[in-house]
Amino acid sequence: MSSETSMRRVTAIRNGTVIDHIPAGQALRVLKLLNITDQTAVPVSLVMNVPSKKMGAKDIVKVEDRELTQAELDRLALVASEASVAIIRAYSVAEKLHINLGEELNNVVRCTFSNCITQNSREPLPHRLVILSKDPLQLRCHYCGTPQNIDQLINNVL
Amino acid sequence: MAGLITMDDLSNEEIISILDDAERLLPVAKGDLYLPLLQGKILGNLFFEPSTRTRMSFETAMKRLGGDVVNLGDVKTSSVVKGETLFDTIQMVDGYTDIIAMRHPRQGAARYAQDAAQVPILNGGDGAGHHPTQTMLDLFTIRQSHGKLENLKVVLAGDLRYGRTVHSLSHALIRFGCEIVLASPDLLRMPKEIVEDLVAHGAKVTETTDLYGNLDSADVVYMTRIQKERFADEDEYVKVAGAYKLDASHLDGCKSEMIVMHPLPRVDEIHPSVDVTRHAKYFEQAFNGVVARMALLCRLLGVTVPEKVGGEA
Repeated sequence: MSSETSMRRVTAIRNGTVIDHIPAGQALRVLKLLNITDQTAVPVSLVMNVPSKKMGAKDIVKVEDRELTQAELDRLALVASEASVAIIRAYSVAEKLHINLGEELNNVVRCTFSNCITQNSREPLPHRLVILSKDPLQLRCHYCGTPQNIDQLINNVL
Repeated sequence: MAGLITMDDLSNEEIISILDDAERLLPVAKGDLYLPLLQGKILGNLFFEPSTRTRMSFETAMKRLGGDVVNLGDVKTSSVVKGETLFDTIQMVDGYTDIIAMRHPRQGAARYAQDAAQVPILNGGDGAGHHPTQTMLDLFTIRQSHGKLENLKVVLAGDLRYGRTVHSLSHALIRFGCEIVLASPDLLRMPKEIVEDLVAHGAKVTETTDLYGNLDSADVVYMTRIQKERFADEDEYVKVAGAYKLDASHLDGCKSEMIVMHPLPRVDEIHPSVDVTRHAKYFEQAFNGVVARMALLCRLLGVTVPEKVGGEA
């Protein structure tokens, strides 16, 4: 076994998605944004706070046998806008994807304002947050107009 | 135009053109002339929160123009108490009516309703959010008194934190180059994001707790009630209740054409001694709610107000 592989904390995956360069400590939020829960059946590996030349420290998430869609990845912009994402097929990188925020987040998170109409969970229209600026990320509720606090917003992932 | 949810839905040109329509409709609003422009049209009045002036003036406006009105009635006896969503209520009323006027305790409710509806929605107040039809009647009243909207000095006083009328009005006024003085107790200051927004648009904005020192240079003094119902904590309300009490003696040094406005109802922020001064405009302002809403109903229903109403230019 080479020294490189012995250093590996998680083995390479055959098929699936690798999300690298997640800011250290954000991996659990990434799982939440991707709706990966205790009900998820596919193997999921997660490492946190590993050394990174580029970032100092970083998190990595590997999801086996599931190719994340662009729409799923775009949700990650809330916590990991610089993450690099690779779709793996037969142990090789088949595609590299970039997180790409559109004009709004549709049914990703609920507005943080306690008196917004969308707080009634039975209201059927989508939760819509309009993107005012991508860097720094600034969002405003489509309905009530409230500017969103990103730290609070993470707790409102749908 | 779909509906009117915030003042951003109207350009300055549209505002002026609707105010012009309103002016021509004055004899109809007063009942001197019958002009059934909206005959066959039905307005749905959906007030999920108490309202006297807004609801009644919408109803009067519709009826003066020959239209009809259906009311949600008391929320306590409607299907809302059975747990019906706003979406479902709107779906139903959307089918019954040609246009909907609504007020709702939750912010964003009007935009939500517009997304759910085919017919235009007129926002009559959503939580502490917007109240654009009030802004239109306020602008009408200001223009009626000063002959213009441009470059006036307007003092907004009282509850600037929860008062949705002043949120909508301040945004509209700066679009016409008005200078804004925000006079409130510290606890009830205008929300920071609104002040930042006003300043970002190049407006001259001053925040102060001193109302009386700003009266002499003002063209408009817009008083608001400190709204007990918006306070979660009664002790907080008691601290600021009665912060400003404008009486006739305060108006001695004012400009002769200065006007005092109030969206009403008032509690004790304007003493009845002001009522008999030339400055008092709040009762005319309340009447103007009818004419401004007549013009808005016509505009949103795509009905043109004739250039000559009743043979007068």
